[in-house]
Amino acid sequence: MGSVGAKEVPVLLNADGLRIDGRRLDELRPIQIRAGPLPQADGSAFVEWGQNKVMAAVYGPREVHPRHLQQSTKAVIQCRYNMAAFSVDERKRPGLDRRSQEISKVIAEAFESVVFAEEFPRTSIDVYIEVLQANAGTRCAGLVAASVALADAGIPMVDLLPAVAVGKIDNAIALDLKKEEDNFGQADLPMALVPQSGRLVLLQMEGHMTEPELAQALELGVGGCRVIHEKMKAALRERYSTAPLAAGAA
Amino acid sequence: MSEEVTAEILQTHILDLAAEGRRLDGRGPDDYRPVTIDPGFVTTADGSALVNLGQTKVLAGIKLEPGKPFPDTPNAGVLTTNAELIPLSSPTFEPGPPQPGAIEVSRVVDRAIRAAETIDLTKLCVTPGEKTWVCYVDVHVLGHDGNLIDASLLAAVSALSSATVPAKRFEVADADYPLEVLHRPIESTFVRLGDTIVVDPTFDEERAAQGRLTVATDESGRIVAMQKGLVGAFSPDDVKSVVRRAFVHGDRLRAQIRGGRR
Amino acid sequence: MKPGPGTYRVGGKVYASQLGLLSPRPPLLQVVPLSGRYLPKPGDQVVGTVTDVQSTFWLLDIGAPRWAPLHMTGAPWKVDVGETERYLRTGDAVVVRVENLDATGRIGVTMLGEGLGKLEGGTLVRISPARVPRLVGRGGSMIDTITRHTAAQVAIGQNGRVWIGGSPEAIRRVREVLEMIEENGPRSGLTDRVERFLLATTPVAREEGGPAARVVPHDDGPPSADAAPMEDEPAEPGPADE
Repeated sequence: MGSVGAKEVPVLLNADGLRIDGRRLDELRPIQIRAGPLPQADGSAFVEWGQNKVMAAVYGPREVHPRHLQQSTKAVIQCRYNMAAFSVDERKRPGLDRRSQEISKVIAEAFESVVFAEEFPRTSIDVYIEVLQANAGTRCAGLVAASVALADAGIPMVDLLPAVAVGKIDNAIALDLKKEEDNFGQADLPMALVPQSGRLVLLQMEGHMTEPELAQALELGVGGCRVIHEKMKAALRERYSTAPLAAGAA
Repeated sequence: MSEEVTAEILQTHILDLAAEGRRLDGRGPDDYRPVTIDPGFVTTADGSALVNLGQTKVLAGIKLEPGKPFPDTPNAGVLTTNAELIPLSSPTFEPGPPQPGAIEVSRVVDRAIRAAETIDLTKLCVTPGEKTWVCYVDVHVLGHDGNLIDASLLAAVSALSSATVPAKRFEVADADYPLEVLHRPIESTFVRLGDTIVVDPTFDEERAAQGRLTVATDESGRIVAMQKGLVGAFSPDDVKSVVRRAFVHGDRLRAQIRGGRR
Repeated sequence: MKPGPGTYRVGGKVYASQLGLLSPRPPLLQVVPLSGRYLPKPGDQVVGTVTDVQSTFWLLDIGAPRWAPLHMTGAPWKVDVGETERYLRTGDAVVVRVENLDATGRIGVTMLGEGLGKLEGGTLVRISPARVPRLVGRGGSMIDTITRHTAAQVAIGQNGRVWIGGSPEAIRRVREVLEMIEENGPRSGLTDRVERFLLATTPVAREEGGPAARVVPHDDGPPSADAAPMEDEPAEPGPADE
């Protein structure tokens, strides 16, 4: 850490093929998911992923405000991805900038691709993602948190939506970039997978990749999503434990 | 517009209980909910604290950046407090520009920090008239179950108490150093429920309340800020009694901040 | 097996569409939800709060995705157009029955029928609609245990809004039990734990009376399917049966 202001490009991959935090190319950062931390919401989740901390809450399906957004045949899915002012190194002015609005849009569309929205015409499903501490990959962490929150809210959908970014560092394809790798790497490719169908519902890319590298990146990302999918399910199982209550005192 | 309407019979029940000195969650009129303080929760901030007050959850983060002093105070640093009541935290909050409620929380918290001289603004000044530290206090409400003012100030003061001035990173000095906190103001908020005045109201109690009164105290026995809110009224004797109670809660919560440093 | 509630089919496979417990009812595979808003079914008795008053109807928040209009002809009074506010105002709590649903998601409710009407006195508590079968218990066993030990009157809405009447002490004890049910919903052994809690906390001198309260009898016939012990397999959205 601490090389934030460094002008020179750091060595991202050492001679042993290990990354700056000691990970292999196909290794995820540690991920912890907690379902249901916010009792005021219909569903919620908190995700700590490497040094990212992201909270998500879902309200709905509920009456649409403002009313003109109402759709007569299905629920409208509204997403607000927001970064806390102190979540990044240089303080961010409060409020939604263009980047946040774009991310909100692609995340909302990813969820529209899996939620059975036609079951709730003229309603709104509101997805709120708050990035509290950012270290690359916040849209994926936010998507994972929001997806667990949607399940926690009982929203019917095709499947949970695991997400991860794959990138290119020192000419190698690497899973789950952290901040220095994102800043000094050659490419960043966030994606979200529908495990049931094997299809991608969020896909963005920035940087330079060859066709063979892209193929490799997609395979690595899908594999990473499947690992994250298991962690999402485990978080929901823990919240809704069916284990018998101990016979002891109340 | 807010989605949630509180049922009249729930409000009446809250008032009936208060008449007997009881509350919905089993507390007495002068019982504060359990408080946890987690300082240093956000490592991207120069100081931070996550505060849980019952089911109210508030995260405060401090950012310090070099900037220019205001022309009328060339020897003083700049302190800015901003509270965001984000729609994630309550079904009653809507996306959009800051609502009056958020602005009130920001300003009441800011007044207490400023009036208590929590930090010595002159020490933030690097070169008079030219360069000073700008200290941003950003309060992010994550869960709203009432009494956002107390939780927000508690988070803000805890965050300031854990803050480091990033002097090395901004090449202002050779090493970072802890932000010096001179005073620790604490706000205690009360609401009137009939003839009973209870401390630390929940969301439902605020909905039933006939007036809200916030008193900020510091450790030297000063009253440093007050705010009357919501529809309702307090007599001068009510105010004096609330102030006495606010000192007791203030001293207890201040001890928790000191013990909470990570 | 065929896809039932809480599932969908793609190709030859049935998948869970909701977080819930897999509880097959041959020939249907179904997932009973563990969370989520109240989804109205015709015939359900629900507890609601008036959120808006119009000249010919009231809008009720029943915890469903949409507000439910109660038309003045569905009220047990002779209401003239424009006079709705004389009978029910914003914030009033009512017990109504879901009559019909249309394709647009509109929820029709009525206040005509036994046990339906405006609630006076007592208080309201919310639990997850998914917990309602546990609160009722098999054949009403849980709610009987609660009312027997507390002397409170309880009206359960299928939407998870629960009205409690009785002395402040009785209301407090029922609230605590509701919190236990809310926290431990899908786990077995809950009725025993509730009974032990109530026995351990029985006041020495039981308080009687309390503020005048109107009783609405609870629904005696819980859907036995939902009240079954939760021994089924947990399911998340995704593959249920491969």
